Amino acid sequence: MTRNNMRIAGLAAAVMIAALLMFAGTPSVAANDQAVAEVKIDNFSFGPQTVTVPVGTTVTWKNVDDIPHTSVSTDGVFKSKVMDTDEKFSYTFTKAGTYPYYCTIHPKMTGQIVVK
Amino acid sequence: MPDKKQDLIDQNLQDLNNDGVDRRGFLKCMAWAGTGLVWTLSGGVPVSRAFAKGYGKDDGKGADFSFVQISDSHIGFNKPANPDVTATLQTAINKINAMPHKPDFIIHTGDLTQLSKPGEFDTLDQTLKGAAAKQIYFVPGEHDMLTDNGEQYLQRFGKGTKGTGWYSFDHKGVHFIGLVNVANLKAGGMGSLGHDQLEWMEDDLKGRSASTPIVLFAHIPLWTVYPEWGWGTDDSEQALSYVKRFGSVTVLNGHIHQIMQKVEGKVSFHTAMSTAFPQPAPGTAPSAGPMKVPAEQLQQVLGITDVNYVVSGRSLAIVDSPLGA
Repeated sequence: MTRNNMRIAGLAAAVMIAALLMFAGTPSVAANDQAVAEVKIDNFSFGPQTVTVPVGTTVTWKNVDDIPHTSVSTDGVFKSKVMDTDEKFSYTFTKAGTYPYYCTIHPKMTGQIVVK
Repeated sequence: MPDKKQDLIDQNLQDLNNDGVDRRGFLKCMAWAGTGLVWTLSGGVPVSRAFAKGYGKDDGKGADFSFVQISDSHIGFNKPANPDVTATLQTAINKINAMPHKPDFIIHTGDLTQLSKPGEFDTLDQTLKGAAAKQIYFVPGEHDMLTDNGEQYLQRFGKGTKGTGWYSFDHKGVHFIGLVNVANLKAGGMGSLGHDQLEWMEDDLKGRSASTPIVLFAHIPLWTVYPEWGWGTDDSEQALSYVKRFGSVTVLNGHIHQIMQKVEGKVSFHTAMSTAFPQPAPGTAPSAGPMKVPAEQLQQVLGITDVNYVVSGRSLAIVDSPLGA
């Protein structure tokens, strides 16, 4: 995470907590009040396919397939390296919006992160 | 007016029926996991018989030349479906070297490596050096372009090719075209050739006699095997339109780690087994991931593909052989 993102994340903390109350149950709250969410890559699919999170949430993708996958934003917002079995990739969403993404190796695999 | 050619095909299919092969199944597509198939094309009419019926030493005789297709070596893969993919590739090479008729060359239809790592490319290179046939033609699979946009693949296996690795060559009167359908894939789509490559292909075929036998090879099938798993190429129709006027077209693919074939007019489509691990038949598993079979069965679901060409008779025979045969 860049220093700039850190600052944005810090400023957004109060908003985030309020938002978290609204989205109770979707993302979990870590000890440092940082919202996190996980997407599991299993059987050539992203699960859950749509994840809705508050601004400032760090989403982590974890690949549990025997085949490598990627998680790449269709609009160029984020791009994972190739994740082999049990490897992870994280990205913190600092702006509201809908972020469609796909696996560049198996493009039939698609998902989206909705940031509110 | 009855279609003469259709009658001939029906007759041949009737023969197949006598062999216990379902006609509808043949027309749709065929999966012969763990067995083999002799496939010939005579004057544009496809004839087929099961490999198990006997592929003798003489079957390669009279052929003007032959070549072997191998695919999906996935060097670097080490999961339970096959913990030693280098050993099974070596077995494939040994099998090719032991063939009674020596192939003129080998075609590798992609997924040389699992993760595009330099060490994986090294191992593949070293293992293939043991092949008696010194000329090996490659096309990349998606696993060979995981990093640096496939630059490493191009430098090592695609020297002198166009774009992301496509090219053509002629051998004893047959025109071969190696295509790349694993680059710049679009979200939600399947394999893709792209505008530049299609334009090049159209140009490459211009002016060639319609009697020239054509062999197209690419990693992902150039026909839609199973769209739910992305087993097809979005713009393959366009590519196939360029070969419509030719009398004999053979399409060789990999990617799906199992034998499937389909005949459409004068075009025959064929996918090869992997040398690394099998994948499930379309729709028979939650996903297309590596399929674990009992260790003693592994060599029956991995294999090589031997292609014999009789130029004078315009006939082509494809024989798939499991490693364990």
